[in-house]
Amino acid sequence: MKKIQAKKLVKRLSALVASAVILAGSSLAFPLTAQAESKYTYCYDYWGDVQDSPDAYEVVGVYTAADMGLEKPISNTASGLTVVGNYFYICDTGNNRIVQFERIDREHIAFVKEYTGFKGNVEVTTFNKPNDFQINEEGYIFIADTDNNRVVKLDPDWNYMMEFTKPTDNSLDAELVFQPTKLVADSAGRVYCIATGINKGVIKYEADGSFSGFVGATPVVYKLWDYIWKRFLSTAAQREKMVSFVPTEYSNLYLDHDGFIYACSSGLAEEDLKSGAAKAVRRLNLMGSDILIQNGEFPVYGDIYMGNGGGYTGCSKIVDVTAFDNDVYVLCDKERGRLFTYDSQGRLLFAFGGKGNIDGYFMKDQPIALDHMGYDLIALDSVSRTITMFTPTEYGKLIYQAIDQFDAGQYEDSGKSWQAVMDLNGNYDLAYIGVGRALLRQERYKEALNYFELKYDDDNYSKAFKQYRKEWVEEHILVIFIVVFAILIIPMIIGRIGKIKYEIDTADIFKF
Amino acid sequence: MLTSARIEAFKRYWKSFKFAFYCATHPIDGFWDLTHEKRGTYAAANTILFLTILARIMKLQFTSFVVDPVYWEDINIFLYIASIVFPLAIWVVGNWALTTLFDGKGRLGQVYIATCYCMLPYPLIQFPLIILSNMVTKDEMQFHTTLSAVSLIWVLVWIVFAMGQIHEYSFGKNILFTIASLFAMLVIVFILLLFFSMISQGVAYFISFGKEALFRMS
Repeated sequence: MKKIQAKKLVKRLSALVASAVILAGSSLAFPLTAQAESKYTYCYDYWGDVQDSPDAYEVVGVYTAADMGLEKPISNTASGLTVVGNYFYICDTGNNRIVQFERIDREHIAFVKEYTGFKGNVEVTTFNKPNDFQINEEGYIFIADTDNNRVVKLDPDWNYMMEFTKPTDNSLDAELVFQPTKLVADSAGRVYCIATGINKGVIKYEADGSFSGFVGATPVVYKLWDYIWKRFLSTAAQREKMVSFVPTEYSNLYLDHDGFIYACSSGLAEEDLKSGAAKAVRRLNLMGSDILIQNGEFPVYGDIYMGNGGGYTGCSKIVDVTAFDNDVYVLCDKERGRLFTYDSQGRLLFAFGGKGNIDGYFMKDQPIALDHMGYDLIALDSVSRTITMFTPTEYGKLIYQAIDQFDAGQYEDSGKSWQAVMDLNGNYDLAYIGVGRALLRQERYKEALNYFELKYDDDNYSKAFKQYRKEWVEEHILVIFIVVFAILIIPMIIGRIGKIKYEIDTADIFKF
Repeated sequence: MLTSARIEAFKRYWKSFKFAFYCATHPIDGFWDLTHEKRGTYAAANTILFLTILARIMKLQFTSFVVDPVYWEDINIFLYIASIVFPLAIWVVGNWALTTLFDGKGRLGQVYIATCYCMLPYPLIQFPLIILSNMVTKDEMQFHTTLSAVSLIWVLVWIVFAMGQIHEYSFGKNILFTIASLFAMLVIVFILLLFFSMISQGVAYFISFGKEALFRMS
């Protein structure tokens, strides 16, 4: 966080000096550096400037109801998308059903089955506005049956097993209607869910259905001045009309392959994101603490420019998140219809997408559901009622390959892959840093230094430099010793000679 | 031709330049002698100013990016020079304009010489720091930052001392007039701003007047 501020300061200082010139001659016209219309895919460089990038994902297909083989199209409130193997399920909220599809080959999907209810000895066996559908590793099915105020657990054959209802907790309003919206279930059958109006964090149930507490509550964010005003200065009548300081609710959850939960929030304030008080995405461990690594040049919150314009306002509103097995994760922004891909260190790999009616773009202001099949991405757009399938291009594949090779310890191969990425996109900071890191691991420090310096990676540069300096000193120890010796000893000798000379010159015996 | 007069002049210049090092360690004595014993010269003052500007510019190119990343797209070398010369100019004028009304003994030129002499610690510390910056890692950066801050504080404190000596002010009066000089600088900036915006408006008026006339005639 400090780093960004420092960087902004560098940029702002230059701007300040620039304004000094305007002061010196205001008639001087400054050409405004108009930012070129951004392409589909982009990334940020060290300075936060937008760098266009080759497309990392291409659209395989956009599937409408007819393409999917559906008689009744998906409703415009459909909100859940879950991939299980080659199948994927859409939680069709408005039509109270869950639809199963199969991806036959790269381009074709086929309708498999539609579920409007389940078998079992329970009063209501149909769904009422279901919002999320999950299958855990054991094959059990979990459905957030929102307007039936429950989460149901079914066995793999869609037989009723149990349900999770409103938590019995004193801190919850007795009047509150329990409406679970999103959930994840781990292999042990524990359920984590979020519900409308509950902002204490993620609701955690044990496998036996008992409520075991809230995890990962977001800290309440407020400004000091607001607090002072509310606490000491305002009248009771004013206070009643004020917004209360409450934690923000999560908008979606995703259980990754390590069993950690990615939780994203969409209703955050710009200034809180910028100051670091609020986080758009968290990765929660079992204790509910955030373990998301944020080593990137910019925090993980999507677009770093939050200006208003073109019909968009404010920051990215992250509505869904999905994580690959190599800890690369993709965020989905409903404000600008973009997908942001981050690596495990929280560095933006690339962002792509936009609003519109073109393939690969999304319609406005509706949540987009996102999941992945291998490295392919599947996105559900509930306004256009379509499914978009993305697959990595050669460029995208090379990036993933480079990351995977580095994680597997194949540093030399990883360096080559990054080099290939660099050949495709010379403006890509991570490619240079990737090559540098591979060289660093191969103990080729001098070459690594060069790559890190080009892209301002001071952390890795320092690591490489420390080693390089050590090697250099070891190689040149003799020279260093001689130089130090010379600096210390030569003036001493000169002084001594001068002294002897002076003594000889002033010695009595030479005086006649 | 190295005439003896030239050699004499150079020796005087060199002596006055070396005196800046004395000032850097003896602010009270040094700056008193600077004007009262006439040991400072414009030539030496200009040299120090030049070194200061040089240090500031060389810092951009040669300091390690670990310490000081540079956003090259926005760098304008003339603005960098102006960022030292412009504040210096309005400080000298502002300080002199004010102190001359309140028993300040220093003349305009003396304020300039003294201020330039005060800037010596900046190149003195910054040049070695440029070399040092290329030998440190991120963890050892604090050392660099501290020294860099020292060079700035040194200069600023020395300017205050110097003004007290050349104007023959007591300590309290000196502080008072340092602050007053800063306000004088603000006033100058304000008037310059006003002046330039008025001028550009005026010029724009005549340009549009001329254009209009040309349209009528054609």
